[in-house]
Amino acid sequence: MKPVIQLENIQKVYHTGEVDVHAVQGVTLEIVRGEFVALMGASGSGKSTMMNIIGCLDRPTEGKYLLDGTDVSQLDRDELADIRNQKIGFVFQGFNLLARTSAVENVELPMLYTRQRHSGPSQRERALQALKTVGLGDRAEHTPNQLSGGQQQRVAIARGLANDPSLLLADEPTGNLDSRTSVEIMGVFQKLNDQGITIVMVTHETDVAQFTKRMVVMRDGKVVSDTPVINRLNVEIELGRLQQEHKAAQLSS
Amino acid sequence: MLGIIIGVGAVIAMVALGRGAKAQVQARIASLGQNTLMVFSGSINRGGVYSGFGGAGTLTVEDAQAIEKEVSGVVAVSPEVRTGGQIMAGNNNWSTEGRGEDVDYLSIRQWDIAEGSMFTEADVRSAAKVCVLGKTTADKLFIGEDPIGQTVRIRNVPMKVLGVLRAKGVSMMGSDQDDTIIMPYTTAMKRFAGVTTLRTINVQAASAEQLTEAQNGITELLRQRHRIQPGRDDDFMIRNPQEFLEAQNAAAETMTALLAGIAGVSLLVGGIGIMNIMLVSVTERTREIGIRMAVGARGRDILLQFLIEAVTLSSIGGLLGIALGVGGAQLLKILKNWATLVSPDSVILSFIFSAAVGIFFGFYPARKASQLDPIEALRYE
Repeated sequence: MKPVIQLENIQKVYHTGEVDVHAVQGVTLEIVRGEFVALMGASGSGKSTMMNIIGCLDRPTEGKYLLDGTDVSQLDRDELADIRNQKIGFVFQGFNLLARTSAVENVELPMLYTRQRHSGPSQRERALQALKTVGLGDRAEHTPNQLSGGQQQRVAIARGLANDPSLLLADEPTGNLDSRTSVEIMGVFQKLNDQGITIVMVTHETDVAQFTKRMVVMRDGKVVSDTPVINRLNVEIELGRLQQEHKAAQLSS
Repeated sequence: MLGIIIGVGAVIAMVALGRGAKAQVQARIASLGQNTLMVFSGSINRGGVYSGFGGAGTLTVEDAQAIEKEVSGVVAVSPEVRTGGQIMAGNNNWSTEGRGEDVDYLSIRQWDIAEGSMFTEADVRSAAKVCVLGKTTADKLFIGEDPIGQTVRIRNVPMKVLGVLRAKGVSMMGSDQDDTIIMPYTTAMKRFAGVTTLRTINVQAASAEQLTEAQNGITELLRQRHRIQPGRDDDFMIRNPQEFLEAQNAAAETMTALLAGIAGVSLLVGGIGIMNIMLVSVTERTREIGIRMAVGARGRDILLQFLIEAVTLSSIGGLLGIALGVGGAQLLKILKNWATLVSPDSVILSFIFSAAVGIFFGFYPARKASQLDPIEALRYE
């Protein structure tokens, strides 16, 4: 299997005032195509810094990062912007959609910044296709404030998929959602992963991580455990369970 | 935005005012006749007492004819004799200045006949008792009557009215140019003034460039004809009225520049306003900038986006300002009766300028936005 992400001895040092903060201290990691990885750790463990580096928003102080076979550890701002545009789809905790802009236009946003124009279907058609993939084909003209949190996150996922990225990078995607919607969003991710899309998800909730295939735990800037997920949760079963609990709660009240 | 509107509006209105003043001066130049020179008879010194210009009686009809024939660049000449007196017509009478002129006088002064006709060369040769009236004189003498073909009497000499001149208005000296009666100069010399010399010779040059050449030619010719020794003063004087008006013109232009300058300052203030709006907008939309950068916008894309927004803002302001300025100029025209002239180039120029203000003052905020760190921007609340 060809690796999508190859990290070799990644270090990140922040110079804040007089103290140097070693946020990441030598992480080596390989993620291959089709994986679904949960990057876990408490706050201060360096997982956000790792996500920024993996997402090409930041450069490592030291170490080598190959994304899809390209060395991206020493690229400049503009080149990183192009890499983000072409190879990475972002999903954030706070959805980060443009307000006052319709769902389909939000999905089109990454395409606006693509240098080489795609041949084939038009921007609008590809955006609508991405919305269908996340099950929002009928909400294309709604603006974010007309959508529920789960729907907004689906729009954000569709935006992440817009440019056919090698990697979908999700930062606490369920952090702002209730448990039922969280499970639904995880269902979307599982479905996408089943279609062969590589997903890295940063989270601190173990039960959310149980939906993935592999758990990487960080502490103090280092990877302390890297294990495949046993007893992987199935979305259908979980939803059924949640429904039962809901009914039980209603009956007892 | 408001600053731009007011700034552009002020520029347009002020420039319109200045241009209006200039156009007025130019209209006066036109009313004076194009490319004209006036040759005055010189002053005379009798026992230490100088007469004024025109007093010496040094200019003759032959001088005028020689100027027309010999001086290059001269296209028309009209000898002028002044006479005055009480004019009677029926029960009305009016005192005005009479001029004896040649047929070419009207073309030199860019003047036309409104009704009837001008006298002819034949009338001039025969010193015919005919005349044309200025509009004011015609109105005073013939109340509610058609003056054409009527007879007026000056010092008991009956004169036939051939035509009435188009109204020309007040001259730059403040006198009513229409309060006049024009007759052949031969008639004026023989029947009224009783003189053999001319007061003035009106000369028209072919073009403005040839004015100086004509002026020098006339000076040379007249010195030669009047046998003036080198080193002695001329016994005539040539005046170029355009020089005087050009000074006025320059003053009007200075005023325009001054007014536009003041208005330009308000445009500058408007630009600073735009910069403030854009800075606030960049801060408010930090998160949006972060999102755009995360999905692959380069710094340049963000810069362009904010620049376009600034230019759009200032251009809309510019358009509204143009409306305000044109409206204001019209209002001044109607309410205060000030001469205003909205010229297309001032409109285009101030629009371009307002867009340029957008680029100039939008650049700093846009640059600030483009240099944001995407991580920081995404985290911004």
